[in-house]
Amino acid sequence: MKSVIADDLVKTYDKGKVRALDHLSLDVEEGTVLSVLGPNGAGKTTVVRILTTLLRADSGRASVAGIDVIKNPEKVREVIGLSGQYAAVDEILTGYDNLVMFGELYHLGKKQAVIRANELLERFSLSEAAKRPIKTYSGGMRRRLDLAASLIVKPKVLFLDEPTTGLDPRGRQEMWGVIQELVKGGVTLLLTTQYLEEADQLADEIAVIDTGKVIARGTSDALKKQVGGERLEVVVEQQHIAKTLEIVSAVSGHAATLDEGLRLIAAPVSTGSAALFEVLKSLDTAGIHALDVGLKRPSLDDVFLALTGHAAEVKTESVEVKK
Amino acid sequence: MSAIRDISIITRRQLLLLSRVPEVLIFSTIQPVMFVLLFRFVFGGSISTGQPGGYVQLLMPGIFVQTVAFTLAGTASGLAEDMKKGLIDRFRSLPISQSALVIGRTLGDSLLNIVVLAVMGIAGFVVGWRPSGGLENVALGFLFLLFFGYALSWVGVLVGLSASDARVVQNVSFIVTFPLTFLSNAFAPTTGMPRILQYFAEWNPVSTMVAACRQLFGLENQFGATAGSYPSEHPLTTSLIYMLIIMAIFIPLSLRKYRNYAD
Ligand SMILES: Nc1ncnc2c1ncn2[C@@H]1O[C@H](COP(=O)(O)OP(=O)(O)OP(=O)(O)O)[C@@H](O)[C@H]1O
Ligand SMILES: [Mg+2]
Repeated sequence: MKSVIADDLVKTYDKGKVRALDHLSLDVEEGTVLSVLGPNGAGKTTVVRILTTLLRADSGRASVAGIDVIKNPEKVREVIGLSGQYAAVDEILTGYDNLVMFGELYHLGKKQAVIRANELLERFSLSEAAKRPIKTYSGGMRRRLDLAASLIVKPKVLFLDEPTTGLDPRGRQEMWGVIQELVKGGVTLLLTTQYLEEADQLADEIAVIDTGKVIARGTSDALKKQVGGERLEVVVEQQHIAKTLEIVSAVSGHAATLDEGLRLIAAPVSTGSAALFEVLKSLDTAGIHALDVGLKRPSLDDVFLALTGHAAEVKTESVEVKK
Repeated sequence: MSAIRDISIITRRQLLLLSRVPEVLIFSTIQPVMFVLLFRFVFGGSISTGQPGGYVQLLMPGIFVQTVAFTLAGTASGLAEDMKKGLIDRFRSLPISQSALVIGRTLGDSLLNIVVLAVMGIAGFVVGWRPSGGLENVALGFLFLLFFGYALSWVGVLVGLSASDARVVQNVSFIVTFPLTFLSNAFAPTTGMPRILQYFAEWNPVSTMVAACRQLFGLENQFGATAGSYPSEHPLTTSLIYMLIIMAIFIPLSLRKYRNYAD
């Protein structure tokens, strides 16, 4: 069964001048994770806000857990959890106050709300900071608290809008752990992100969107195949560049590129670590010591380049449209 | 029923916010108390009233009304703050009554007014204010003040939700509130004003409120302009009608704005 369906959604802002969603359709199978992947301004937040009843689409239909978002927004709100792009918690209140208040708004009753707040604080490693105002929290703590607030009553469908944007690598890792646990618990999740790596880690399926349209969709493997696998990168001393170019090109089967400034030689490879091993062996035989060597997963940019032929640009708001 | 519970939770949130940032309460009380003292001692000497007890008797209702009029700014900036933080999105995505957030806020701001009015009343008493209208009438006067503040709070909701920036909200609210409070009979007789302003001051809801309070506090309204006009003859009724009109217009507008605020 499909837990989320967005069908032919159109949404414009500024009296039609900005087209944020352009006949966008997507769906999420119950109990699975869909990642909506797209650059700034692609329409991620807009689609999330429509599905969570915060915004009305100009046209198109949408349903969540089988409930029509436009006709029955109150019913939809009972089954969803939302953690928006910017942590939406009360800065002045403490983490504990926030969760208790939201618990009471979910009609848990004071006693249950307190129990639930403490449970969630514990689970998201916020117990120690529970009695501090949110304004003293780090970005990662805020996001975790915001996520906790959206889980007070176990939602059937959870929406996370860029849950790790702005977090440092450790914060991101922590967040991924938390989300993976939720997914194990069987929640249906729609998550937006700008990072292919994140979509790869967390999602069963990925929908790539650009300028309000889905431009590709499939499993992360399928997408990567479309993009052409990984890139092998080697950094060597100046005098070894020519030889290394030769070796890498031979292993890859494609002409290797050179970034002269970084002395970085790169080429696409489809066999991953086997290719890496082969290159290392050949370098070793040639007596070349690699300063740095690695396999790079394709980034969102690579996906975009492969799918659209242009890099993922940040749209410059409505300025272009007005001209 | 659950709507009432939602509203009360939001109202409590606001009290909680106040307890966490007591400065807000302190400053919203200091300002009107300062006004009481300034007007009483700076202008009090130069404005002759012939009123037993002097200027302060006439002044207090004026300052009470001015203070509750600023509820408009308080509600507006509070809501703008919530919007800035994205909090409104969270509230709107919860399975609660959709108007609970704004209703709760207007009620919370009225509770704050109770505290502020009480402190001002005490300050007034210290500097010689002695209402003489009888206990029931004085109580009714305060009820009027709270109700007036509540009605204006709904104007504040619309201002807060409409403004694009929290800083704009302060300015807009002041631009609305200042002329209303000063083009009135609150602090000085309107007779000195140009004719057209007199007319405005006569019908200004702030004036009718001040006149109503003066009446309930047992005073003759010596700062009113032309005797015989409807608002000066019936300040209580006029004020009541004004409040009902304000609410009839701004409650539906504000609620609609809140429901669609992102569109
Ligand atoms: N309230 C608004 N008024 C006018 N234009 C808007 C509004 N909200 C969004 N837009 C425009 O709609 C488009 C899609 O915006 P949206 O916020 O959905 O993108 P996004 O994918 O979430 O971007 P980001 O990664 O930056 O969060 C953008 O071009 C944006 O400028
Ligand atoms: Mg966004």
